Amino acid sequence: MSTDLIAHPLLQQPLALHPQVAVRPEPFGALAYHYGNRRLVFLQHVDMVTVAKALADHPSLAEALTTCHIAPSRWPSFAKAFASLLESEVVVVRDPAEGLPR
Amino acid sequence: MSADKLVTQLKTGLDAPICLTWELTYACNLQCVHCLSSSGQRDERELTTAEAKRVLDQLRELQVFYINIGGGEPMVRRDFFELVEYSVAPNAHGSGIGVKFSTNGAFIDAEKARRLAAMDYLDIQISLDGADAATNDAVRGAGSYDMARRAMDNLAAADFGPFKISVVATRHNVPQLDRFKALADDYGAQLRLTRLRPSGRGADTWDQLHPTQVQQRQIYDWLMAHGEGVLTGDSFFHLNALGPALPGLNMCGAGRVVCLIDPIGDVYACPFVIHDEFRAGSVRDPGGFAEVWKRSDLFTSLREPQSAGACASCGAFDACQGGCMAAKFFTGLPLDGPDPECVGGDADEALAALAAQPVAVQVALKPRPAMDHTKPARTPALA
Repeated sequence: MSTDLIAHPLLQQPLALHPQVAVRPEPFGALAYHYGNRRLVFLQHVDMVTVAKALADHPSLAEALTTCHIAPSRWPSFAKAFASLLESEVVVVRDPAEGLPR
Repeated sequence: MSADKLVTQLKTGLDAPICLTWELTYACNLQCVHCLSSSGQRDERELTTAEAKRVLDQLRELQVFYINIGGGEPMVRRDFFELVEYSVAPNAHGSGIGVKFSTNGAFIDAEKARRLAAMDYLDIQISLDGADAATNDAVRGAGSYDMARRAMDNLAAADFGPFKISVVATRHNVPQLDRFKALADDYGAQLRLTRLRPSGRGADTWDQLHPTQVQQRQIYDWLMAHGEGVLTGDSFFHLNALGPALPGLNMCGAGRVVCLIDPIGDVYACPFVIHDEFRAGSVRDPGGFAEVWKRSDLFTSLREPQSAGACASCGAFDACQGGCMAAKFFTGLPLDGPDPECVGGDADEALAALAAQPVAVQVALKPRPAMDHTKPARTPALA
């Protein structure tokens, strides 16, 4: 594992699913649909779904991964996958000033 | 998971369709010569408003994200707005379901355009099969080009946003691809280009309308050059045998990730196979749509690994997947062999042999669509 990948800047970001995104469980993981930009994306592992749903309750992606018991060796691939979800706006960076929801 | 593994998973079926087409009515003000559903006259067995709402509630429970509404001309139904508004609004059964609907535009006047523009989760596809009136009207009927353009003007004036212009690629409009794109750009619209199928009335016109081999290469090159900026509904995956894959999933989704609900509630594997052989059940059956999707014999068998048949020894099979089931079926070709528009020409011999048969034999060998709602030809009234 490369250390610059585990130091992926996204890991320290507070993330959340976009409020207009719906997630539907499927045998391979889940389908996520963005009602705003009409994009359909595949979350291709059940663990991706668990982490995606946990994002909003944690101050950073790294902490969400920890809570969901994702082994650090898998963090780089999760960081990459969430970076791609960020690009399609399925996931957004929360405003840190808003803190945690609830 | 790699993209290939994902496709393998998708082929075994999903808990609910990704993309469901619902033809709301067989009634239509036009009589396009390539109509997939042979539409024209309303079917008296059409689903009622209450039945349609029950289907929508079930789709909500299945978490279907959006539906493609078509026809016929869906706006002919008096409850069109009622059903669309019911679909997009969340209720006790679940979230709203986004609606994309296909229309010839006849009923999108200035007032309707404003009403459509005010709705969330609504996409509109205006059908146009020629970049000028002569090319378009030869296929879609006299006045249909102006009708579509008027609807586009009204949507633009109402600030609807980026609607879609939906083009079926034919021998006559492939030379106009750049003009379609320019027209879409002028409106701030998005171009959608899909494959002509020999389904419905298209069974009778496919021979004259389908693109030539040279044009298939032009379509492929043009789509490669425009990337994801042009929508295709993944309909040209048979062209992937020409080179690197076009954007999309590159698979036949029939009964696996897509299906069709027809105006009377029958459920078919895809919008291009309205025929008993591909009818999985009805939303009026016990258990409704969900039961058909999850447990019908037809859909279960489509989710089994499919044989490559005569294509098994072809090096391009992984790229083109043998092409479109509906295209083979309605041209009288075996389902486990090449697509009639196989870019390697592997179907040419079989098609030529079929064409050499007497007409009566050809008719017997080519399945006919299950239903025909074409309006009877008008005969002059007797004095």
